[in-house]
Formats: sequence, structure tokens, C-alpha cells
Amino acid sequence: MSILTVKNLTKQFGGLVANSNINMEVQQGSITAVIGPNGAGKTTFFNMVTGVYQPTSGEILLNNESIVGLKPHQVTKKGIARTFQNIRLFGAITVLENVMVGMHNHLQGGLFSTILNLPRVKKEEKEARREAYRLLEYVGLESFFNEEARNLPYGAQRKLEIARALATKPKVLLLDEPAAGMNPKETNELTKLIYNMREELDLTIILIEHDMKLVMEISEHIVVLDHGEKIAEGTPDEIRNNEKVIEAYLGKGAAATAS
Amino acid sequence: MDVKNLLSTIQANKRLQAIIVGLYIVVTFASLYLAQKSVIAFLLLLASLLLLYFTSFSNRVKWLVGGLVLVVLLPLAASQGEAYQSYMEVATLVGIYIAMALGLNIVVGLAGLLDLGFVAFFALGSYTYGIFATSQANNFMPFGHYPLSGESFWVFIFIGCLVAALFGVLLGIPVLRVKGDYLAIVTLGFGEIIRIIFNNLDKPVNITNGAMGLASVKPPELFGIQFMYPSQFYYIVLIILIAVIFAVRRLEYSKIGRAWKAVRENEIAAQAMGIHLVRTKLMAFAVGASFSGMMGVVFAAKQTFVDPTSFTLVESITILVMVILGGMGSVPGVILGAAIVTILNLQVLTELTNWLNQLSLSGVIHVPDALSPAKMQRFIFGIILILFALYRPQGLLPAKNPVFDEKDLKDTDSNHPMNTGVHKGGTQHVHLDS
Repeated sequence: MSILTVKNLTKQFGGLVANSNINMEVQQGSITAVIGPNGAGKTTFFNMVTGVYQPTSGEILLNNESIVGLKPHQVTKKGIARTFQNIRLFGAITVLENVMVGMHNHLQGGLFSTILNLPRVKKEEKEARREAYRLLEYVGLESFFNEEARNLPYGAQRKLEIARALATKPKVLLLDEPAAGMNPKETNELTKLIYNMREELDLTIILIEHDMKLVMEISEHIVVLDHGEKIAEGTPDEIRNNEKVIEAYLGKGAAATAS
Repeated sequence: MDVKNLLSTIQANKRLQAIIVGLYIVVTFASLYLAQKSVIAFLLLLASLLLLYFTSFSNRVKWLVGGLVLVVLLPLAASQGEAYQSYMEVATLVGIYIAMALGLNIVVGLAGLLDLGFVAFFALGSYTYGIFATSQANNFMPFGHYPLSGESFWVFIFIGCLVAALFGVLLGIPVLRVKGDYLAIVTLGFGEIIRIIFNNLDKPVNITNGAMGLASVKPPELFGIQFMYPSQFYYIVLIILIAVIFAVRRLEYSKIGRAWKAVRENEIAAQAMGIHLVRTKLMAFAVGASFSGMMGVVFAAKQTFVDPTSFTLVESITILVMVILGGMGSVPGVILGAAIVTILNLQVLTELTNWLNQLSLSGVIHVPDALSPAKMQRFIFGIILILFALYRPQGLLPAKNPVFDEKDLKDTDSNHPMNTGVHKGGTQHVHLDS
């Protein structure tokens, strides 16, 4: 069953067509990779799905319900969470609080109940702290819980972004270059983590990634963008041998030699 | 290094701390009690609260001792001479400014929205009470008889709070489309607009009495007692201030406070976490403004006179200086910052001026009038701001993050009902300072 369907999605910035007529279907519970050279429009695509940009035309359906026109926070409520290519943590607050911010929509405490410190708010906060800690354990960051987020090592920051996204209890998780800047060992751990999340948390994962080893290892479906257009899609094996893809990455000559 | 050793010994020994703080309070209390004219004794007694803040007692003990100092000792010690009312006047104004600075701290320190027109909300509170507690309201209100009785003051504290919050939201809706520097300019404009409106709203219908201001505002009344002296207003301010501190403390580490900080740190990520950007910012504006509105009502009643000159841009800047000096986002810091700036303004500079005047009268030295310290307020603030921006950008008492207790976070320990939550590094050091 397809959980996310994209139809004829187009985004223009003035004369620049960042995404043009993209169609894709993401199966429930799958891991889908979106790849393509720099500037291919991958992040623009993510930004449209999460409501940061409004598409110029086209449709995005989550469980057959359109999410075009929703604000980012509404998209999050619908069950789509994301991480960012350029890390966007809440640097000056603690790691645990970063994850707790992700629970925002699942906490009921209002202005007055908070000021009066009602028992239910206290209880809810305590539960939230525990839940946040569990999520940190899940991604392997529990030892950092009291640190300021900006003091974490780079790889840990990327993982914290994932933990924070998980705290919103998403159905679909978009990872924008989760392995960027990681060393091979960290990338290996991340690969496992992504795989486990899908298995254990009943998630559908879409990821943008340049690390081809990671992409080929875990994705069931790959979509290739170039110059804003979808040039290919298929299983890792199909993509590996696709002429258009090789051409996009390595140029025409390379495609000729490969074939 | 001996000082360091000494400090660490004191830090480790609670009994020693208790002795030091107790002794300090007794000595300063006695010196103020005996030497009535000594402003220094008054300030030193106030400083006991700062000392208390740095001790390692539990929050409860700190609140109790701080409460004792503020409710009993300070008024008692000051009450022995002619200067009583002027001391209480200073203490009352310090309380008013602390509440306002705490309000601005929510907007600037927690939500990261630079507001340069914050005094507008103070003005709104003042005029709300001022108009209805004088005969002014007769000019335009079709029903009712004005001034309202002094008992209505207590209701007006809440009305002032609501009016300011409402205007906070009204201001926020158009203003929050802009960010950063632009936001600062727009709020600055708003502050001036409110003041100018109050200055000119005497025609066609005379609502605010224009530049003449509203005179003889009814003093508050409770069970037949009229509140007329600063020593009485002191307690009103103290009660509101304690409520404000509790509210801020609780909000700071709640879902709402985290949302404010998230918006401050990164708007796009905050939205991606499901935070409604506009609603969160509006709430910061409304809550911050409401504190100012409440204190505006008290201010109007205390001064018994309201006019637009009390609400100039300089006031807004002064409140901002308090927040920056103390530490943006830090509740104890902002309290300290507001206390220092207010006392510096009202007491230290005036005292210095008096002293220099006396010296020049007796012919020891001659200080030209233009250089009198009371006139150098802005100059001194300027220097303070520059020095802090260079050497201590996070303020006197920088903001602290909560320190969570790992035991409390692990599920396995959930059968320990004694572990009641976080040990908040910040909240342990709640202190009162007014």
C-alpha cells in the first residue's frame, strides 16, 4: 500500500525550475532513497513534502489525503517528521530538552495549568522526560542527556536530529543526508539504526543520501533526480545499471564506456 | 589561592553558610535599624538576598529566608526614621521594574524577539486604571459614575493584565511577519505610537486628558484601609512579584517554555517539531505584556498621577538594559539586573549627586552641574552595555539549563516515589530581590 503519493509535483523559483513534474509512490513500511547530483532538487522536494515550500503545482497525498497547503507544523501533526541537511538543533538547550520539544503536540499542558503546576502537568512532564530518555537510548545518545546540544560531536548531532524527529511519533520519516560528515564506523551504525527504526517503529523512511554504499545497502526503492526531474526509479540493482543515472553522475562519456 | 580554598570550604559546609548568611543579615539589619540615613546599610541588607542565592540550601529554605527578609526585616529596619518612605519607595519601584524586566525577558530572552517598545504595555496598564479611577471616564463613558472606588483597584490588577495581554496579541499579529532588526524597529514604533496616542487623545473626545495627564488617581482600598504610602504599596508589589516569579519559573521549564526557546534557537526546526510559530510568539508577547500591565496599574495607583512622559523610549531601553545586564533568559539574572539598574538610577546616582553638591557648597571641590552623576544615567548605561557586550555577553548570572537526574529518567527506578523530578540547576537558585 502506498502511504505517500506525489503527483506531477513542480516547484519554480522565478525562472528556475527546482522540481519538475515529479511522480512517485512510497510504499508503507519501505525505505526509499532519493539520490541525485548536487542541485538536483532533492532538498526542495523534501521541503515541499514537509510544508516548508508550497509547490507551484501538483499534489502530495499522505494516506490519500492531500497535505499541500498545510503549514510545516500541521504536516508534522499529520505524521511526517524530518531531519535537516544542515543540522538545525536547538543549540543552547539540553539534549534531553531537544527531544522533548519534539513531543510538543503530544503534551496537553496549557498556559494556566502550567502556571498552576497542576498534578497532571507534572505527571505528563515526568512521562515526557522518560520517553525522551528512552529515545536517546534508542539512538545511543543517553550519556549526553544533560549536555547542551551544540556541544555534541558532529555525528551525535545528526543522531539527535533523528531522536528529535522520532519524538513527534511520525508515520513517515524524512532523513536529509543523515550520514553526511560521518566516518565509516558511524555510517555503519547509522545504517543499522535506520534499518532497525523501520522494523521496530513501524516507520516508512525516505532518505536523501550521497553515500552510495549506505543507499544500496538499505533502500528497497531508489528515485533519482537530476536538474529537478526524475530520471529513473527502481531497485538498487536497476539503478546501479541505469545508463541515465551513470550519465547524470559521471557524464556522457562514462555512460558510453559502462555500456 | 587562599581565597579559593576558603570559598570551597564554605561551599562544602552548609552550617558555615547558614552562620555567614545569618550573621550578615543580622549585621546589616542592625546597621540599617540604627543608622537610618545610611543608604549603604539599606543596600547591604538587600544584598543579603544575593548572598542567599549563592548558598546551597534547598529552594524552600531560600524562599523562606528571602521572604522573612523582604516581608519583615527590611520594612522593620527601614521604619525607624524619616527616610522610611523613601526606602520603601525605592524598594517598591525595584519590584515594579523586576516584574517588567521578567516580562520582557520572556519576549527577548526566551522567545528571542527583540522588543524595543515594551513600556507601551506598562502605559496601557497605567492608563486603564488611571482613566477609571479618576473623573476622566465621565467624559466618554455613557453609564456609571467615576471615579470608581478604591476597592476596584484589585479587580483592575487583572483588567490591566488582560488589556496588556490583549494588546500584546494585537501588536503581535501584524508585527510577527518581520524578524530580527526589523522587528525591533516596528516594536519601537509601536511603543512611541502608544505614547503619542495617549498624549493626543484629549480631542475630539477627552479620554486621556492629553499631556496634562490624569491627576489624583484613587488610592487602593481594602477593608476601609487606604493604601497611600510606599510602605503599603511595597506589599502589593511584593505579592504580585512573587506570583510573577512563580509563573515565570514554571513556564520556563514547561512545554511552553521549551517551545519559546526552540523558536529562539531555530524557527524552521521548531516548526518541523510541530510548534505553531505564530501562536507561540503571540503567547510570549501576551504573557510578557501582562506582567507589565499589572505593574502599570500599581504604578498609576502609587503615583496617583499618570502622564505620557513616564512612558518614553528611554524607559523601554532601560528595561532592556536590565535584561541584558542580568543575563538574557535567566530569571535570577534579570531580577538582579533590574534591581541594580533601578537602585543605581534612583539611589546611588542621586546620593552621589547630593554628596557632590554638598562638597561644592562647602567649597571643597567644584563639579559643574552638567557633570552631575544624576544626569549621566544614559552615559553610564551606555558604558555598562558596551562592557557587557565585550566581556560578559551572557550577563551577570547567565541562563542555566535544567539539570536532569538520570535516576529519575530511567524506567527501572519508577517505583521510587521519592524521586520527584528534575533537579533544575536553575530553579535551585530561585531568589527574591526587591
